[in-house]
Amino acid sequence: MAILEVNHIEKHFEKTKVLEDVSFQLDEGKAIAIIGSSGSGKTTLLRCLNFLETPDRGTIAVKGNVLFDAARPASENEKDIRTKRLHFGMVFQSFNLFPQYTALENVTLAERLLAKEKPDFKQNRKQIVEQIELHGMKLLNQMGLSERAWHYPHQLSGGQQQRVAIARALALQPDILCFDEPTSALDPELTGEVLKVIRGLAECKTTMIIVTHEMAFARDVADQVIFMDGGLIVEQGIAKEVINHPKEERTKQFLSRYTKG
Amino acid sequence: MLWTVTQTLLTGLATTFQIFIFTLIFALPLGLLLAFCTISRFKPLRYLMQVLVWIIRGTPLMLQLIIIFYGPGLWLGKNIWGGNEAGRITATVVAFTINYACYFSVIFRGGIEGVPIGQREAGQVLGMTKSQIFFKITLLQMIKRIVPPMSNEIITLVKDTALARTIAAQELTFAGYSFMKSAGLTWPLFYTGIFYLTLVGLLTLLFNLIEKKLSYFR
Repeated sequence: MAILEVNHIEKHFEKTKVLEDVSFQLDEGKAIAIIGSSGSGKTTLLRCLNFLETPDRGTIAVKGNVLFDAARPASENEKDIRTKRLHFGMVFQSFNLFPQYTALENVTLAERLLAKEKPDFKQNRKQIVEQIELHGMKLLNQMGLSERAWHYPHQLSGGQQQRVAIARALALQPDILCFDEPTSALDPELTGEVLKVIRGLAECKTTMIIVTHEMAFARDVADQVIFMDGGLIVEQGIAKEVINHPKEERTKQFLSRYTKG
Repeated sequence: MLWTVTQTLLTGLATTFQIFIFTLIFALPLGLLLAFCTISRFKPLRYLMQVLVWIIRGTPLMLQLIIIFYGPGLWLGKNIWGGNEAGRITATVVAFTINYACYFSVIFRGGIEGVPIGQREAGQVLGMTKSQIFFKITLLQMIKRIVPPMSNEIITLVKDTALARTIAAQELTFAGYSFMKSAGLTWPLFYTGIFYLTLVGLLTLLFNLIEKKLSYFR
């Protein structure tokens, strides 16, 4: 059963249409790659899912619950949006780590803030904080960064920073993890370590949406692929089939740039 | 004589210091509030702020001080500040607070806007509230950015306190000047300068310390 159902999403910026009738589904434990040239609407789509943008039309449902319906603009209070956001994790192209916190603090900050809202926090403070730290360390360890836990972002390489950002996004155990071109801001020799981590997550059946320009990676790691152009989904299907044997002319053109180069 | 002068100057320093400290205590939070108004999505509030900042930055602080101290007495027929020294200091603090809050608000706004939008978005996708995002993410990064312009402004405030003498508040410069008036002595004026230099020197050390404390991140 689909964990995520996106239906007929449409988004304008001023008069420019950036997303048009975007619909897709994602099954639990699967990874979907979104490919397409710059300005095709890939990032905007991810931002809509994370409530950083509000679509003008369409619905978004997770586990059968409609989180967003443009036709019924509920008077959203901040708390509701926050709860909805927690279904999704987001890894940004430019990492966006908090510079004043160590790697471990970056990973645990949100969890600590959420724990503070629980009624039993004051009584079991020490225990809860300890647990959160342990969880954070486990995630950093999973990213191969346990020795960097007490480093500040500026003391880490780009690849390490992005891996911290992935650990941070995993900390609140989102249903769906989104990646917005996770390796585009990295030096070429650093992309490998980040892609390896994402590959590892795919092997552990993490539900993921990955916007990427790494075609080989999309083909090998994603189950499905969506090709977008001009705000539209031009072609979608099983990753290997679409990337190896695209049917649409525009997809062929787009992919040929990668195979030639 | 040196002892008499020192004593008088110390009394003046106490007044100067009161004006300085109270202005900071009120103007810093008020400035932050005004900064939020200037970046508010509610347009009338933004325009109102722009006009206020224009008026306050566009007229001499001395003029503002005179209007605030004498205005109520002339308009209402009674001096709301009281005629004593404490009243003069209060009026000065009020005028200075309004003036400095406007300058601070511009610095704060720059500091807030200088924090990349991605920082806020990262907080949002982690389910943080607006106030958590401000206090846990933006604030410290903002402070780090505004230390240099703030130190400038606060050092200027130390010396602006001398304007209180316009409304006859007996602050440090008033105290130093009094010996020239009464006994024709000029050396107390230089002595007065040393008081200001010491105060500014201490503040400079403090700002260097803050800058150093915040250098652990970029």
